[in-house]
Amino acid sequence: MSVIVLTEHAQGSFKKKSLEAVQYGAKIAAMMGTSVTAVAAGNVSNDELQTLGAYGAQKVLHVADARLDNFSSRAFTKVVLAAAAQEGAKVIVCLHDTTGKAVAPRVAARLQAGMVAGAVGLPDLSSGFTVKKNVFSGKAFAFVNITSDVKVITLMPNSSAVVKGEGSASVEALSVSFDDQDFAVQVQQVSKATGSVPLSEAELVVSGGRGLKGPENWHILEDLATSLGAATACSRPVADSHWRPHNEHVGQTGGTIRPNLYIAAGISGAIQHLAGVNGSKTIVVINKDPEAPFFKAADYGVLGDVFEVLPRLTEAVKKFKANN
Amino acid sequence: MKILVCLCPVPDTTTKIAFGDNNTTFNSQGVTFIINPYDEWYSVVRALELKEAGTATAVHLITVGKADAEPVIRKALALGGDEAIRIDTDSNDPYVVAAQIAQYASAENYDLVLCGKESIDYNNGTVGGMLAELLDMNYLGFVSDIKVDGNNVTVLREIDGGDETDSCVLPLVISCQKGVAEARIPNMRGIMAARTKPLKVVAPAAISSVSNIVSFEMPPAKTGVRMIAADNMDELVSLLHNEAKVI
Ligand SMILES: Cc1cc2nc3c(=O)[nH]c(=O)nc-3n(C[C@H](O)[C@H](O)[C@H](O)COP(=O)(O)OP(=O)(O)OC[C@H]3O[C@@H](n4cnc5c(N)ncnc54)[C@H](O)[C@@H]3O)c2cc1C
Repeated sequence: MSVIVLTEHAQGSFKKKSLEAVQYGAKIAAMMGTSVTAVAAGNVSNDELQTLGAYGAQKVLHVADARLDNFSSRAFTKVVLAAAAQEGAKVIVCLHDTTGKAVAPRVAARLQAGMVAGAVGLPDLSSGFTVKKNVFSGKAFAFVNITSDVKVITLMPNSSAVVKGEGSASVEALSVSFDDQDFAVQVQQVSKATGSVPLSEAELVVSGGRGLKGPENWHILEDLATSLGAATACSRPVADSHWRPHNEHVGQTGGTIRPNLYIAAGISGAIQHLAGVNGSKTIVVINKDPEAPFFKAADYGVLGDVFEVLPRLTEAVKKFKANN
Repeated sequence: MKILVCLCPVPDTTTKIAFGDNNTTFNSQGVTFIINPYDEWYSVVRALELKEAGTATAVHLITVGKADAEPVIRKALALGGDEAIRIDTDSNDPYVVAAQIAQYASAENYDLVLCGKESIDYNNGTVGGMLAELLDMNYLGFVSDIKVDGNNVTVLREIDGGDETDSCVLPLVISCQKGVAEARIPNMRGIMAARTKPLKVVAPAAISSVSNIVSFEMPPAKTGVRMIAADNMDELVSLLHNEAKVI
């Protein structure tokens, strides 16, 4: 019996959300009186693998096959299934991101296991195995009870703060037998925005709507994002008009995010937009219309013109950073 | 090439979500149901485009639901598609939904199965991946462009902080999001034609659920907005640091 967690890394360094997932798995393991084993695939150094111990992993199973540096849902599913079989896993945790959302359903279907997609909290074991998740794109939560013996969870990033502890994990090689079909997906080209924080993981997000009037004005929003170290997002019409890339679109038909701080500039706060962002811890709304519905969902509001307020806020942030 | 498109009826996006029976059921009274936007705008339309281009020979639409799901399927048929299948059962358990579809699809030899990246009600996004495993197919998730060349499919797929171009041979399951196609509105001819298109009702296979929704909860209401003067951004920064503790 154990809990296993599928981790993700970028060029050999674990992503913050994976540390969160390991910590989450460790907490579940503690509740169940068992241990957590992390699973890593592809090229990662032994030193890096051991660091997972500081987040609660007793053991790391490493499948070093270099073909796993490219993602394949079939191959990663085999990795998780092999680890689960070896460890006698009762709970399998992946991230609720493009990797986890492609692997966890396959694993669940193979094991005929119940699955909770997008968990935002720890399971409640008092009567069954009940996990809280977002539904209706963040307009509500559901408590889902998994009734199968094995449970599969994808964890929404930023559901809890990552706290580094002590300890180093033991690393074991895991061998998995693959077939050609497992690597039938050929990766032709990868394009990544370098240096920026991925939106789903960002703790601070600055987002713009139609109130910014056009893509040529986005630099004032980017200046604020840079001063804060925040990621940028946008409303749907902004992405639809190609002012910003589609992956920045948040809301009911875009991404759902839960940053600590969401600053909305020139966004009206339509119900479909709120759905994707109302899990944010703190919401700041900047709008020139006192009737903008977003103010009702905000913690802090600034009534004013974004073209004046944003540069002022950027200056204030810079001043604060210089003094702290 | 034979395409199966998975459809899910969901509450209209403007729905004010409410729960009944002591927060254990979704209150659907007065709620308008629509086709899940990812299915309607992207999967269905891309399948139709492939048929119009002569690449696909047949486009089938499938949903798992009771009779009340039929108006939504007819609406999809009005956009196009050769036939629709409704598996006559209702479930909130994504495994049950995927296994029901897989059960039907395995006998039909589809080359391409399309679904939306998630349904906007329960936001699971799991049916595509589960179907791929149950049908022993490769799976490309969160796709924003699909090109088909003979037996070979090339997609643009979202990854962490960017995207990736992948290619793979059929059969495949693909989950679609923005970019895959431009939404269409059914025309009068389509609406008329949809009335007489075959809508097969299939008895469900015996599949037991492995999860169930116990209850719902609304997010805590905001206690009220605190307004900050537009010329006092130092105060906002100080509140974000000292009060909200987010910077
Ligand atoms: C099925 C469906 C799904 C949808 N999904 C999404 C979704 O996922 N995400 C999403 O965002 N939307 C979605 N929408 C669209 C949504 O209904 C709204 O139309 C959209 O969010 C509005 O974007 P906006 O706030 O940027 O623009 P607008 O509504 O035009 O608002 C612009 C705001 O900027 C303010 N403003 C203008 N100029 C200034 C200025 N100089 N300074 C300060 N403020 C200014 C205005 O007062 C206004 O409040 C969906 C709609 C449908 C029907």
